[in-house]
Amino acid sequence: MSKARANILQRLTAVERPVVDLSARESLSRFDWDKAERIRRFTERMQAVRAEVHQADRANWLDTVATICQQKGLNNLLLSPTTEWGQAITQNAERFPTLKYYERSIEDWKQEMFYEVDAGLTSTLGGIAETGTLILWSSPDEPRTLSLVPPIHIAILETDKLYSTFAEAVQEQGWLEQGLPTNALLISGPSRSADIAQVLAYGVHGPKELVVVLV
Amino acid sequence: MAKPTEFRVDVEKALGKTEIRAHFRKAMDTLMINRRNQFPDDAALQALRTQAQAIRANALSKLPELLQQLETNLIKNGVQVHWAETTDEANQIVLGIMQKHNAKSIIKGKSMVSEEMGLNHFLEERGIEALESDLGEFIIQLDGETPSHIIMPAIHKSKEQISALFHEKFPDIPYTDNVDELTASARRILRDKFYAAPVGLSGVNFAVAETGTLCLVENEGNGRMSTTIPPVHIAVTGIEKVVEKLSDIPSLLSILPRSATGQPITTYFNMISGPRKPDEKDGPTEVHLVLLDNGRSRIYSDPELLATLRCIRCGACINHCPVYVRIGGHSYGTVYPGPIGTILEPQKSGLSVHGELIQASSLCGACGEVCPVRIPIPNIINRLRYDSVRKDTENTPTQEAGTRRKSLEAATWKAWSWAASTPSVYNFGSKTATQLRGLVPNNLGAWTSVRSAPKLAEQTLHQQLKTLGVDHE
Repeated sequence: MSKARANILQRLTAVERPVVDLSARESLSRFDWDKAERIRRFTERMQAVRAEVHQADRANWLDTVATICQQKGLNNLLLSPTTEWGQAITQNAERFPTLKYYERSIEDWKQEMFYEVDAGLTSTLGGIAETGTLILWSSPDEPRTLSLVPPIHIAILETDKLYSTFAEAVQEQGWLEQGLPTNALLISGPSRSADIAQVLAYGVHGPKELVVVLV
Repeated sequence: MAKPTEFRVDVEKALGKTEIRAHFRKAMDTLMINRRNQFPDDAALQALRTQAQAIRANALSKLPELLQQLETNLIKNGVQVHWAETTDEANQIVLGIMQKHNAKSIIKGKSMVSEEMGLNHFLEERGIEALESDLGEFIIQLDGETPSHIIMPAIHKSKEQISALFHEKFPDIPYTDNVDELTASARRILRDKFYAAPVGLSGVNFAVAETGTLCLVENEGNGRMSTTIPPVHIAVTGIEKVVEKLSDIPSLLSILPRSATGQPITTYFNMISGPRKPDEKDGPTEVHLVLLDNGRSRIYSDPELLATLRCIRCGACINHCPVYVRIGGHSYGTVYPGPIGTILEPQKSGLSVHGELIQASSLCGACGEVCPVRIPIPNIINRLRYDSVRKDTENTPTQEAGTRRKSLEAATWKAWSWAASTPSVYNFGSKTATQLRGLVPNNLGAWTSVRSAPKLAEQTLHQQLKTLGVDHE
């Protein structure tokens, strides 16, 4: 092990440690909002940062996604063929723009991924009502760049996975017990910046548009 | 008169730039209002601050153990961990990784620690291009400047200045002062850079020891791009950024963006626990973490100064500082400006370098009141003022303690202290002063250049109280 490591740790351990009052540390923030209230708050927060939220259900979500693709004039849609949503869309491919599947390593099709994909569609692990947030865990089926590189990100969120707070989601979904993925993400709107004279601009590096379909 | 110091010259210059001062005033006013709107319930805010303080204080109280736990878990997750005592060591580590991959360029997400390291300059001297991708950092890099604020690096520039700068640097792009179009241009330019970059660099907002996870807070997606697209990701962070548990994170994430920009949450919260796995299709194949000390372990050794290391770099103290808003970020001449810079920089580099900053405070207390982790910044400023003139320099870890001690000043205070604690002398002195009140000149140099001269009262406080019949003994 390096000399720097030994020196740093030696200096830190040589110190008499402060006694810390930890009584306040463990309090878990959560709210008793019913499902309608969680949906209302989630939608309000998302819309406040210029994300689109569409209400749908198990019977008509496919129509909703098809309409969104049509309205945005998408030439193609990138998705995973293996998720529940991806399977259903694949079976109804004639109602959608050209479907592209994330089946290869990014190195094998980086040019196309960067410059020729109109939109990416992902599932979500859940949502957070307090802040209007989507939870995404990267996986072999739905890699990190699917929600990052295309200019439009369409996300499907099941409303029974909508938690009041981040703390509640981490606890209820047992993140610690499951073990974290290589990349866990909270997404709360389209990419934005106020670095030029505090004027809000969208689509700096990530998607310019975020579209959430509630199912 | 002594020659004015570089700091005083810079301050004088900054105070004369009324246009830039107006940008700062407007920006800080907006940030203060945004923050206030995020905390409508003061009791809830105070409870959250207490919780955030406890989380950070707990982490610091177990710092060496947590750093080792973090290292163990990161290695288990496939991340390579490096330790650096100095910024030079940290730069060498980054350079070594780049050389191993024969990489000639690096694309950077926003990182204040990389500013602290002077990484861009270091790499450029060795023929490696270091490109900033945060929009604000990108803009100031184009103009060869440093950040004037830790979370809004280009806050000192107007829209018109940025438009002119883009036109000068990218003559092929038609001139525009439309912010959406400027942003779109930056996106196109940087997309190509991300596409080709062999290495990406980021900072770290929180490192979770329990899970071996590096957390990044951002709005633009430059942090995600820098840590996802290039095949190699290097994260640099100070050793103090570790927290113990995953369950510590939600509260810190709740208070950080609300204190910083007044957002309920940032657009992205990115939790990285390792490189691409064999069955995954993207993400870097190599992830490195560089843990930088650079004076932090020295600060750690003092129970009072230790609180400095609780900082989560939100910038609220800067946004609320009456000194910062007037002199701007560049006058400080440091990496971290404002109140946090005032206490951190002299501790990092010694009192002879940035010790003057501790005098540039009115001790109004705003910074301490808004700090989300309750760092008593005004108390630490006072402590450093004491360190700068103290005699028992062996009792503080602060470097160059005592170097600002002046014998005349010390003798004056000693005499004052003796007089104030010896009633006969004190009474005689104050009575004499009231009788000579007419002799106080109207011109008292620097003091009266912007203020009227003080007038002594006709009677001492003791005399006045006696007249009023108040028993003051």
